[in-house]
Amino acid sequence: MRLEARSRVSRGAVLVAPFAAIAFTLAVCAALVAWAGAPVGRTYALLLEGAFGSRFAIAETLTRATPLILTGLAAAVAFRARLYNIGAEGQLYLGALAAVAVGGLHDGSGFGLPPALLFPLMLAAGAAAGALLLLGPAWLKLRLGVDEVVTSLLLNFVALLFVSLMLDGPMKDPMAMGWPQSVAINPDLELPRLIERTRVHAGLLLASGLAVAVWALQRFTRFGFALRAVGANARAARFAGLPVGRTVLLCALLSGALAGLAGVGEVAGRAGYVTLDMSPGYGYAGIVIAMLAGLHPLGVVLSAVFVGAVMVGADSMSRAVGVPNYIADVIVATALLAMLVATLLTRYRIRWGRA
Amino acid sequence: MTQTPSALRLARITKRFGALTANDDISLELGSGEVLALLGENGAGKSTLVSILFGHYVADAGSIEVFGQPLPPGDPRAALAAGIGMVHQHFALADNLSVLDNILLGTEALWLPFSRRRAARDRLLATARRFGLSVDAEARVGTLSVGERQRVEILKALYRGARILILDEPTAVLTPQESESLFATLAQLVAEGLSIIFISHKLDEVLRVSQRVAVLRAGRLIALRETRDTHKAELAELMVGRSVSLPQREPRERGPRVLHLQGVSATRGGRRVLDALDLDVHAGEIVGIAGVSGNGQLALAELLSGTLAHSAGTLTLDDQALRADPRDRVARGVARIPEDRHAEGIVGDLPVWENAISERLHTPAFSRWGFVRQRAARAFARKLVARFDVRLPGIDSPTRVLSGGNMQKLILGRALCVRGDAGTPRFIIANQPTWGLDIGAVAYVHRCLLDAARQGAAVLLISEDLEELFAISDRIAVMFKGRLGPARDAAAWTLADVGLAMAGTPHGGQHAA
Repeated sequence: MRLEARSRVSRGAVLVAPFAAIAFTLAVCAALVAWAGAPVGRTYALLLEGAFGSRFAIAETLTRATPLILTGLAAAVAFRARLYNIGAEGQLYLGALAAVAVGGLHDGSGFGLPPALLFPLMLAAGAAAGALLLLGPAWLKLRLGVDEVVTSLLLNFVALLFVSLMLDGPMKDPMAMGWPQSVAINPDLELPRLIERTRVHAGLLLASGLAVAVWALQRFTRFGFALRAVGANARAARFAGLPVGRTVLLCALLSGALAGLAGVGEVAGRAGYVTLDMSPGYGYAGIVIAMLAGLHPLGVVLSAVFVGAVMVGADSMSRAVGVPNYIADVIVATALLAMLVATLLTRYRIRWGRA
Repeated sequence: MTQTPSALRLARITKRFGALTANDDISLELGSGEVLALLGENGAGKSTLVSILFGHYVADAGSIEVFGQPLPPGDPRAALAAGIGMVHQHFALADNLSVLDNILLGTEALWLPFSRRRAARDRLLATARRFGLSVDAEARVGTLSVGERQRVEILKALYRGARILILDEPTAVLTPQESESLFATLAQLVAEGLSIIFISHKLDEVLRVSQRVAVLRAGRLIALRETRDTHKAELAELMVGRSVSLPQREPRERGPRVLHLQGVSATRGGRRVLDALDLDVHAGEIVGIAGVSGNGQLALAELLSGTLAHSAGTLTLDDQALRADPRDRVARGVARIPEDRHAEGIVGDLPVWENAISERLHTPAFSRWGFVRQRAARAFARKLVARFDVRLPGIDSPTRVLSGGNMQKLILGRALCVRGDAGTPRFIIANQPTWGLDIGAVAYVHRCLLDAARQGAAVLLISEDLEELFAISDRIAVMFKGRLGPARDAAAWTLADVGLAMAGTPHGGQHAA
């Protein structure tokens, strides 16, 4: 068996790849479901029903998809420039913390500013917190060649411990009966609900709007041009006189800001405060989402809905049949691996034969 | 060569890659003790054919026989066992190991007991003696010259029992003197009964070493000639499919000084790569830089392209200092043609039109308020593609699908248009602009450089191809170990002098007469 480069990468194959990867993933996970002793068909039916079966289910899926779109965009835009930001999880938490710092401290008085001013300030603070966390790894990568995968990944733990410090210290909610939980933000700063009696909030619109904005940025602007050129061939970009270092730094700021906004959205749209378990790995799932989307910002929206659906559906399914909801993590992880292979196969074909 | 028994027989080999037929029904025979030249332009199918022979690819149809035995397809080990040895253009040697270790690598375990190592050493020296290839078995490969390394590669194949040797563009990395010594070696090998396939696109050496010439074009075997019955012009025409004439330099008016280097040095990674260079290039002249690859040509090209800063000396263009900034170069009318098209010239995944404007993206012509002016950019790309005759599926297709020649035309067009559509660049730095191109494209590139010089551009041409340098340069200088010799009139150089200077012997020695 060997790999042979395809002379041409067909556009159709690129579009089919994520669906093939998902189909393969579901087939593999079917075996696991069967192993757990549950009926495969019914399990998947319940999963689907749990994710899309009712107005409430759809609303839950979209609520989950909201931070996933943003972390997916964070990964997609950074990976496009070959800046491997694995730190979206930490950036999300710092973004959330910054949102509370602006919108929750001083009893939510917000330094005496009106909510109309405080709200954008809260968004900006969250974005800035996420952006700054990635700036260090990007700078180290440019100046010293330090692998940003390692630094951004390890900063997740630093960020999480910092959040823990704040939740037990200066930002602790005195009314939380001792739980490590931050004070809540001013209710005036909360994002409005999109659908009555559900949890879908305006963060979904913000995230989708940002997906379109990132797409346009990549497609139509000078920065987007440089971003794609630097990612595809940094040496040629440098030769052509494109500002490689500046592009990578700006890309890091953008990516970190998107992940930080995911944290702001969770605070302002859902909980109102920060806890240490507010993200079930949204930052890491963002990597899978970006890969499934082939790094396309608009594709990120679709694949975020898919991953959100798997998470919500698995929760609801696990209550009905004896399959733990960890199956969601297995599906998401397998989908990433399957997508990597599918992407490889769009570029290469397998030749069977004696070697 | 019908009287000699055939060493190798290829019967009706066909190989397709998608819509492209790389080898179309090729039948060839290699006689024992024969040198068969495989001649063809890039993309003619030479490499594919050899890869099939060596088992890297499996043919869609056809069969191979070695000394009368069928060769199982797709199995490099079977090819080795059958006695096929290959010397690639880029050597596969480990610099930090000795010659002996390199030859044993992959053949035998390296933790051989002392006695068996000695036996292997004896066998190696015996092989070397038999074929007249002198080597120091214990020398570290890193200390050897390129010619010596090639000898080690040949020896490696012979040690493994090769009776058929395939040489892929063997002279590409050699000085003229080293090439001569290679040809002598080949004669010795043939005298010992080896059969050789010699792949090349250089006509002179093909005529020099081979008994027969097989010409490939567009995947088909176009002609098979006895070397003594053919001549250069016929082979060139067979190879290209039409008659071509390479442009020659013509007398030109030499204008004022454009580029000026005085005592310019540069370092990279703490290592001095350019050592006190002095050079003037005037408007309307082409100065050629010769040298064995790796003697600082790349650093010189990067220095002039704005991607490497100098650490000492004066570097001016039109008497104004140059700073290490590619954008500044482009703004000052410097046209830059990099050595490595794929790695540096273009971004393969981006569409053609984006690559066409990448050097001038930040100018008001192609962007405003941070947005790319797509309409202007596409119009420019379309004009460039038409003017420089770039053949492509469309300006929106990814640039990597372009053939080498068309990619080079795109880069050439982008570079020569630094001053807008009509203007001529002030200065052109071209590093190996015809590397890997077919004759038609080579002629095109040469014509572009000559035309630019005629219109008053100063041109610096760095090349490892001496024929090219002598064909179009007005003056030639030789680089060796980061130093640059004086630029003398091309007519004042002989090929032998250049060869000696390339090997580090100062010219004007006892050979000067």
